[in-house]
Amino acid sequence: MQLTLWTYEGPPHMGAMRIAASMRGVHLVLHAPQGDTYADLLFTMIERGDRRPPVTYTTFQARDLGGDTAELVRNAVTSAYERFKPQVLLIGESCTAELIQDQPGSLASGMGVPVPVVPLELTAYSHKENWGAAETLYQLTRALLSDRIPQPGSVKPRDASRPPRANILGPTKLGFRCRDDVVEITRLLAQLGIEVNAVIPLNASADDIRRIPSADFNIDVYPEVSRPTAAWLKRSFAMPHTTTIPMGVAATREFIAEVAGLAGVDAQMVLSREHQGQASLASSQSRLPWYSRSVDSTYLTGKRVFIFGDATHALAAARVARDEFGFTVVGLGTYSREFAREVRAMAASLGLTALITDDYLEVEKAIADATPELVLGTQMERHISKRLGIPCAVISAPIHVQDAPARYSPVFGFEGANVSFDTWVHPLMMGLEEHLLQMFRGDFEFHDDTPAPNPTTVVKVEAPPVAPVAESSTDPISEVQSAPTKDVTPVWTPEGERELQKIPFFVRGKARRNTEHFARERGVALITVETLYDAKAHFGR
Amino acid sequence: MSHSETVSVSNADPLCKFPPLIKERGQREVFCGLAGIVWLHRKMQDAFFLVVGSRTCAHLMQSAAGVMIFAEPRFGTAILTDRDLAGLADAVDELDRICATLLERRADIRTLFLVGSCPSEIIKIDLAKAAERLNARFLPQVRVLSYSGSGIDMTFTQGEDQALKSMVPLLPQTDARQLIILGCVADIVEDQFRRCFDQLGIGPVSFFPGRRATELPAVGPNTCVLLAQPFNGDTLRALIDRGAKHLAAPYPFGAEGTTAWLAAAAAQWNVSDAQFSAVTTPLIERAKKALAKYQPLLSGKRLFMLPDSQLEIPIARFLNREMGMQLIEVGTPYLDRDTVTAELPLLPAEVMLSEGQDVEKQLDRVRAARPDITVCGLGLANPLEAEGLTTKWSIELVFSPIHGYDQAADLAEIFARPLDRRSRLKL
Repeated sequence: MQLTLWTYEGPPHMGAMRIAASMRGVHLVLHAPQGDTYADLLFTMIERGDRRPPVTYTTFQARDLGGDTAELVRNAVTSAYERFKPQVLLIGESCTAELIQDQPGSLASGMGVPVPVVPLELTAYSHKENWGAAETLYQLTRALLSDRIPQPGSVKPRDASRPPRANILGPTKLGFRCRDDVVEITRLLAQLGIEVNAVIPLNASADDIRRIPSADFNIDVYPEVSRPTAAWLKRSFAMPHTTTIPMGVAATREFIAEVAGLAGVDAQMVLSREHQGQASLASSQSRLPWYSRSVDSTYLTGKRVFIFGDATHALAAARVARDEFGFTVVGLGTYSREFAREVRAMAASLGLTALITDDYLEVEKAIADATPELVLGTQMERHISKRLGIPCAVISAPIHVQDAPARYSPVFGFEGANVSFDTWVHPLMMGLEEHLLQMFRGDFEFHDDTPAPNPTTVVKVEAPPVAPVAESSTDPISEVQSAPTKDVTPVWTPEGERELQKIPFFVRGKARRNTEHFARERGVALITVETLYDAKAHFGR
Repeated sequence: MSHSETVSVSNADPLCKFPPLIKERGQREVFCGLAGIVWLHRKMQDAFFLVVGSRTCAHLMQSAAGVMIFAEPRFGTAILTDRDLAGLADAVDELDRICATLLERRADIRTLFLVGSCPSEIIKIDLAKAAERLNARFLPQVRVLSYSGSGIDMTFTQGEDQALKSMVPLLPQTDARQLIILGCVADIVEDQFRRCFDQLGIGPVSFFPGRRATELPAVGPNTCVLLAQPFNGDTLRALIDRGAKHLAAPYPFGAEGTTAWLAAAAAQWNVSDAQFSAVTTPLIERAKKALAKYQPLLSGKRLFMLPDSQLEIPIARFLNREMGMQLIEVGTPYLDRDTVTAELPLLPAEVMLSEGQDVEKQLDRVRAARPDITVCGLGLANPLEAEGLTTKWSIELVFSPIHGYDQAADLAEIFARPLDRRSRLKL
């Protein structure tokens, strides 16, 4: 038994729903009691879906348990088939149904429904949502392709007269920015003269799955969901798959090279426009290299960033943060235990110990301890950051309604790098502004008995130009967040206070808080000039 | 063909005073009883609700509540894993361990509710026994209670009923003449009603549940009970078993409903007509004035209510009688006649009532009727909007203060807003 107050992933049948809801002509019959229909709202409300997920729930009740719950399954299968006429039926069960062991999969398989019936074993008590999605995609693909597995050695080389073709595997509903990442990857492939054969499962039909072998290779964009399928297609159909996630400029360039290699085309036609080691507007299809190099971005240098999310986005974000923003990664973790090894390796290369957990309280504690200046995480980290007063950008599922934006906003490819630059930097700007406002409130113009000023006016009148403000955060005194209040409140000596006043106003509050935190931790009751500089040396980096 | 059994009962009531009723079985787009924890834990600020269930239960709770806003919510789930299913003895020890950890971390908790779920019911984890065991250990610091919120036994708002019922044995005995208001209402509503009862000279009045789970009303043969929420039938019957008398009344939704509800108590307390009128008339006038703003938007509009919170019948009555809306179909997940005896006769004779749900068939009826506004759950609202229908999420009815005179217009506004929006957008 595991105490859970909030969970990053839903149960495995939620993953099965994500596959079904992503596709066209696929219907899921879920053996489940009343209440499990709550899952529909994630698609219709969180992602603003305009259709119900294609799921029929058997809705068994306590009074059915003594009788024939199996009959409910048969009736649900029949009515779902008659009403929705799907090309393929998935049969699954939620946690409660697993306990009553009706075997809905084999029941439905024996009913003579005139379309393929794919039974799912969703093992609700040992697995979670992404596993369920991966398992469902794998079982569905196997079921629809098992009669097409070629004899070993019979795979013919590609007909050179047609362009190379790829499948994009992994994008789903309720994934992070999948809708736009598909467009971005398709654009990259088009630049290389590679056609997209099928996108699986987002907007795919059963026929699209049957067409998978018409492609030459697979692009595995979301390994949490698509890796088992990609691996099976490699084993059974000799279809290679990519392993690079095209997030960030460098990774996108590597992805292009990898894809070109698999397709047997020349990557130079695209990569010749990319100039590694140069940063100007002309040096890349992405603006990130220049924006990051431009002096305005100096204030990003060494920003302490904490990263937590699914493995795919957390791993990619760590690399981008370090190499393309010049941040210092002070924490890295994931809730995707399936990819714990990769995340641990990445963390080790950053001199960190990876946080592998699905307990958000552990994540909250790790963030508080790491005292980052920016958090890249899921919606939960956004809330944690709000509580701790740290800027945050969302980089990973689980998503909320704001993560399904109306505008085009991929995170993969060159445009994705542009989007990441904006979305990671803007909270910092905002954070800095808020910080300034707080700072001004402490100044003599704003005594407690003075009514609160209009913040806009304050900024207009008092704020120095942007650049010096920006530089402020490179001051060696970094902010310590959420300092635990110990019993002793240290007192400033008049000399200490006078010295503090010499520190530029825009970092004064930070310096004050850090020094007080430092003094409290050491039981120093009186803050002298020396304490101030001891603290500065301690927090300096 | 459908997997539901549809039983149409026309005027099943021998006195023919109830509207016709469709009973349906099939897929239900309704939460299970666990969802009531979302408002119960906010009302009773010293209580923690521990669901003993699966990851699905935890996911339901956070999806229904959007719980990410809480630093550490006062509810959680003890998620069963393969290990627990292997041997029940294990599960018992595990539950004890989790409760101990929890109570150690949350010293502010005075009442811990162990909440049964579908999986815990199926594998027959005896939470009553677990509560007994934990009480031996944690009383008097913390009292542990248990109830079931399982979706195989009950729907959405019945969870509150089961939670309150589990508290009834703890209520002290009294012979004093007093009034209990039964059902969770917002604090602001509680305060308004208290003022009203004071002015009428009715009292003492207790609200059940109160603001703390440890503040329990007494009950006895001279206790009268007024229901504030129609879904608390089991608790009502448990209070009746303790000697209380049920004052059947319409629910305090709208000016008319609130007046009738107060009048039921006033009659017991022999409040004079003059006094009753002196207290209520200004309130009625104020409510009517506020409601008048929404009448042009709502009057004559056709309403279809899908089953959700069991508030459908009294709210449909309000919308029909006070706002002039036409009722096409009023669905309720479960019809407890004990709690709506005073409501049913107020509905127009031609209204179609439905109990239970076969969602596909019901949506067919919605599409055929093309109502001006359809009240439904969160899973259905956007897809129906995409079909060109205007909708209102029913969940708002349990999360917003809607009772009493001063919330009457807020209740009307909930239905007027989507219509107003529809008329504004030139898309």
